[in-house]
Amino acid sequence: MAKTALTGTRIRARRIDSGIRQADLARRCEISPSYLNLIEHNRRRIGGALLNRLARALEVESSSLSEGAEVALTAALGAAAAHTGTNAEIGRVEEFAGRFPGWARLAERQFREIERLERVVEVLNDRLTYDPHLAASMHDVLSTVTAIRSTSAILADGEAIEPEWQARFHRNLYEDSQRLAQSAGALVDYLDSAGDSEQGASLPLEELEAWLAAQNWGLAALEEDPDRDLSALIADAPALASSSARDLAMRHLERYRADARALPLDTLVEAVQRIGPDPVLLASACAVDLPVIFRRLAALPEDAFPDRQMPGLVICDGSGTLTFRKPIAGFDLPRYGAACAIWPLFQALQRPMMPVRASVTMAGRDRRRFLTNAISLTSYPAGFNGPPVVEALMLIQPDMEHAASANDLTIGTSCRICVEPTCPARREPSILTLADAPV
Amino acid sequence: MGGRVLLIEDEPNIIEAIRFVLSRDGWRVDVHSDGGTAREAVRTRAPDLVILDVMLPNRSGYDILHDLRADPDTRLLPVLMLTARGQKKDRELAEKLGASRFMTKPFSNGEMLSTVRELAGQ
Repeated sequence: MAKTALTGTRIRARRIDSGIRQADLARRCEISPSYLNLIEHNRRRIGGALLNRLARALEVESSSLSEGAEVALTAALGAAAAHTGTNAEIGRVEEFAGRFPGWARLAERQFREIERLERVVEVLNDRLTYDPHLAASMHDVLSTVTAIRSTSAILADGEAIEPEWQARFHRNLYEDSQRLAQSAGALVDYLDSAGDSEQGASLPLEELEAWLAAQNWGLAALEEDPDRDLSALIADAPALASSSARDLAMRHLERYRADARALPLDTLVEAVQRIGPDPVLLASACAVDLPVIFRRLAALPEDAFPDRQMPGLVICDGSGTLTFRKPIAGFDLPRYGAACAIWPLFQALQRPMMPVRASVTMAGRDRRRFLTNAISLTSYPAGFNGPPVVEALMLIQPDMEHAASANDLTIGTSCRICVEPTCPARREPSILTLADAPV
Repeated sequence: MGGRVLLIEDEPNIIEAIRFVLSRDGWRVDVHSDGGTAREAVRTRAPDLVILDVMLPNRSGYDILHDLRADPDTRLLPVLMLTARGQKKDRELAEKLGASRFMTKPFSNGEMLSTVRELAGQ
């Protein structure tokens, strides 16, 4: 079965593999055969309770019938429909994705591309509006043009001018035209170089994340030898195209190196095997701070974990802006803009130095469960009188063993694409609706 | 004619051109080039009208305009704002702060002259 198959398709395949007739399975799950048929052809959404009944009847884990990628696909299609304001049949998005998976992926890709390009336009627009160099150049050009226009009009308007004034204005004109040539030249050079070096194709953080993802978030070179030259590592990376991305990467590498020195890979792997992946126990056992453990766990290869599940990691600054995103399947991180306000990450932000642990389930039909550990710290890199720099980190570990509990925090990715109907912390309406979901 | 204009601007060749055009029309033109002391200059020169550039060293033209409008002595003084950027938000800010008129560089001499005459005649 293809990994990206939809829930209905999986249910059908599993049923046929087990030799169970559609009518028998329907009876066991207390639904009508025709309804099961609709589900199997991805024409009906399927809720958590019914999915669990079907999974039990088919003797499989319910998570094996649903997949994060599918949720992401349908969420992205819903977002695309809302974004473009077309009257797409949102209620039938699963049916669409099930019947035309190729077209659905195409629509999703195009939407993501549109989102990315819009973001690039925004950044370029900001640059035109706020770039001090550009503003100063434009001011220079306009001032000079103003002087030239006034002076030349005085000389050309036909009224008599005393010879010494005339000579003076001629000299001013000459000076100003020289100055204009210079500032116009500088402006063109600047615009040229800005276009070349930055490429404008993607955001620096995305470049860094793509570069790290390609190495599976662990930097083997630094694990082997933390003393090696960091700038050489960056220079060898074509994925880090912009200078901003290289700056971000340098900061990441410096921190990675310090972490790797504080807690070498072998020590951590051994400790995880001995006491499991609990970050608080590991921090004590390895005698390092929690943030170090979080970052080191996020850089471990999957075979270091007993269930081969790599944790996700998000880091935000004092404004709540995400500054680092290592994704984990089933826990979608917002690509742009603010995250879900209920994330334990933000609780930690309000309680510096106090670790926050919370079991969370993702809003939606899958209701995947995760264990999150979060902590925030304040540092004063510019001294006591300098501004406090706040940072919060949240490690996200999958929790497959326990079923979702009523005490779990229900969280989302970001309000716009969250389906939780009664969230008290919602800041904007969702563009998705699950109102038509049966059962 | 024959009123007194205070030109607050820091570009020498623009100063020279405006001064020439206005002087020829019968105005007495004083010049001040430092934003930081512009308010004192207005007080001591007591002009009939101020031409005020936005981009000045030490204090922005918007701040100077704000000071002038807050002072009862200069609350009604006609002020012509000059700026190198003709953006809508600049114009709105100038209007909100109480600029009598707003002119975008590069302007024509005729436009400058007629605006000054109009403001002084109010």
